[in-house]
Amino acid sequence: MVAFDEMNPATTGLRRPYAAYNDWLNAQDPARLTEKMRDAERVFRKTGITFAVYGEAEAAERLIPFDIVPRIISGQEWRRLTQGIEQRVQALNAFLDDIYHRQEILRAGRIPKRLIAENEAFTPEMIGVRPPGGVYTHIIGTDIVRTGENEFFVLEDNARTPSGVSYMLENRETMMQLFPELFRQVKVLPVENYPALLRQSLAAVKPANLDGPPTIAVLTPGLYNSAYFEHAFLADQMGVELVEGQDLRVVDGHVAMRTTEGYKQIDVLYRRVDDAFLDPLTFRPDSALGVPGIMDVYRAGNITIANAPGTGISDDKAIYSYMPEIVEFYTGRKAILPNVPTWRCSEPDSLKYVLEHLSELVVKEVHGSGGYGMLVGPTATKKDIETFRKKLEARPSNYIAQPTLALSTCPILTEKGLAPRHVDLRPYVLVSDRVRIVPGGLTRVALKEGSLVVNSSQGGGTKDTWVLDD
Amino acid sequence: MRLKITHRTEYSYDQPIAYALQRLRLAPLSGPTQNVVDWTLTIDGAREELRYLDHFGNDTRLVSMSGAPRNVTITASGEVETFDKAGVFGPGKGFAPLWLYLPPTPQTEPGKGVGKLAAEVPEGPALERLHILMKLIFDRIKWQAGTTAVTTTAEEAVGQGVGVCQDHAHVFIAAARKLGFPARYVSGYLLMEGAKDQVASHAWAEAHVDGLGWVGFDCTNDVCPDERYVRLACGRDYREAAPVSGIILGQANERLAVSLTVEQ
Repeated sequence: MVAFDEMNPATTGLRRPYAAYNDWLNAQDPARLTEKMRDAERVFRKTGITFAVYGEAEAAERLIPFDIVPRIISGQEWRRLTQGIEQRVQALNAFLDDIYHRQEILRAGRIPKRLIAENEAFTPEMIGVRPPGGVYTHIIGTDIVRTGENEFFVLEDNARTPSGVSYMLENRETMMQLFPELFRQVKVLPVENYPALLRQSLAAVKPANLDGPPTIAVLTPGLYNSAYFEHAFLADQMGVELVEGQDLRVVDGHVAMRTTEGYKQIDVLYRRVDDAFLDPLTFRPDSALGVPGIMDVYRAGNITIANAPGTGISDDKAIYSYMPEIVEFYTGRKAILPNVPTWRCSEPDSLKYVLEHLSELVVKEVHGSGGYGMLVGPTATKKDIETFRKKLEARPSNYIAQPTLALSTCPILTEKGLAPRHVDLRPYVLVSDRVRIVPGGLTRVALKEGSLVVNSSQGGGTKDTWVLDD
Repeated sequence: MRLKITHRTEYSYDQPIAYALQRLRLAPLSGPTQNVVDWTLTIDGAREELRYLDHFGNDTRLVSMSGAPRNVTITASGEVETFDKAGVFGPGKGFAPLWLYLPPTPQTEPGKGVGKLAAEVPEGPALERLHILMKLIFDRIKWQAGTTAVTTTAEEAVGQGVGVCQDHAHVFIAAARKLGFPARYVSGYLLMEGAKDQVASHAWAEAHVDGLGWVGFDCTNDVCPDERYVRLACGRDYREAAPVSGIILGQANERLAVSLTVEQ
């Protein structure tokens, strides 16, 4: 399997987006670069210490390896990508609105009813709720993979509480600290205004009955959550309060936070607490992380919850396989960005094919995430494959399968110089009165030679992602 | 029929409460089987925070309590004009799809007992089967106050052979769903002959029958609801249609006193 290298494809040589960077790179002393690599580690360890203050045990987990070679995308490539992403997030929101109202897409028979009816992510409490601005998914992380010059695929739509945006920001800051002169030579579009855009975006979908500017807050499960640093970071960067469930209660028909001067009303809550824990009066009664009665406030129209509860129905992997139909149904056009071809193991013919080709396919759990519970056929041992076969036969509808894509590669700096490694891309999409996509995103890179698994929990690292101003 | 109802719920606490929320579904709405002439909900010792229609279209209020008052009284009262529709409520309103009423909920999860009961219902026209099911439950589960709790499941009630209206409704819902009928829980009031004062509000079940829509079945009395019945709220089980449900933070113990009168 020959992968497309985004910097130096075997057939055509150095690609244009990398030309200016390559000139700079050639002028560098290799020893200096290796030194910079160590500097980067120091910078991260330094910021890492602030991450670790909150929970020593998780410090190691938070130091995700960073590679100093940027992943570069041309302005033209980016424009095409964003058109496709924009179309997709609009379809996702239209789908959510439909699923919690008339369910036209089910009546039209475009997706099977059981996919919704038997889905735990369907949230009855959202039936009939039309959130401010009609927006359900305010923040989406669309995972994209590339296999060739013009071949991009959407791998996953993360429409619940996508994380990782703090790495996008930290990676850029680190690169600018390490190589200030590089950013003078190459025109790179900025990402550092993401927190400001997030704030604008959240403010634009304040409750309809609110006059004046809204009070925004970030709700975190607390400092033992693995993404606590990101929650604190985003709240700080946006200049809004970071709150926990225990700081909030229902006061005068609104959710309000305890302050030294009494309770203060919150109008828009960027919550990083999962649905199940959001409201013990409505969902899991044993949750101490949520706000009792927040769903009542929500239904009464007195708060915006971002993302809305129940959005998980749109990013489930079984639903994913119907995204081309969903995009066409709501936008009237074919999807600009294609899906990765997907076999639904719930369908007998597909299951048969998958079982016969396990060694070539990637098999994923429908509700899984983070790279856990998946089989990568080509790199799996015979024993792994047989174990997985049994799981698949026992609960076929719990799995989907995809071809093993030759994910594009991008060079990383190793002890022996540059070496290609597989990458993916997660741009962060903000939806409010319009769609805003910060030019860049999180590039995840599989640090192990030949590995296709980019998840940080499975030995992946990250890179700064550049979109050129060209 | 015009029914006058006064429903008082009094909570007393042995110490001040840190914070409590109650979700009330205590306001009937006009519909095919009733017309609400007037209705008031008075809350003493607590404050009304919100009112809204929930996902099943129930008029819902959220009230909060905190601090000093050790007594909270909620009084729902008013007058409702009712119609005898032979138990037929008709097509559902709102966006909740019918399939939502098919899977079991924790309290209506069928076990062996419910399964056996459902299996006793012979094949036949839908309405007939549901009537047979109602009679079966009326015969098998004797009404007896104080034998079950609000958390009792349908399966437990079948096992005990005794229960109250909530249990009858849950068993009916569990069995009807097992037979393939969408089914739901209805809370409300019932005018009882010769008994103006009642100990508790009432509950029954509805099953969806093609061509008719929702049809009510009161297994406690082996009848389909008529003009003696006033609907308050509906949901997939007790938890979603409960007239009062809440959450209380702190150490206070709660004592509850209910008085209810339904009269013509």
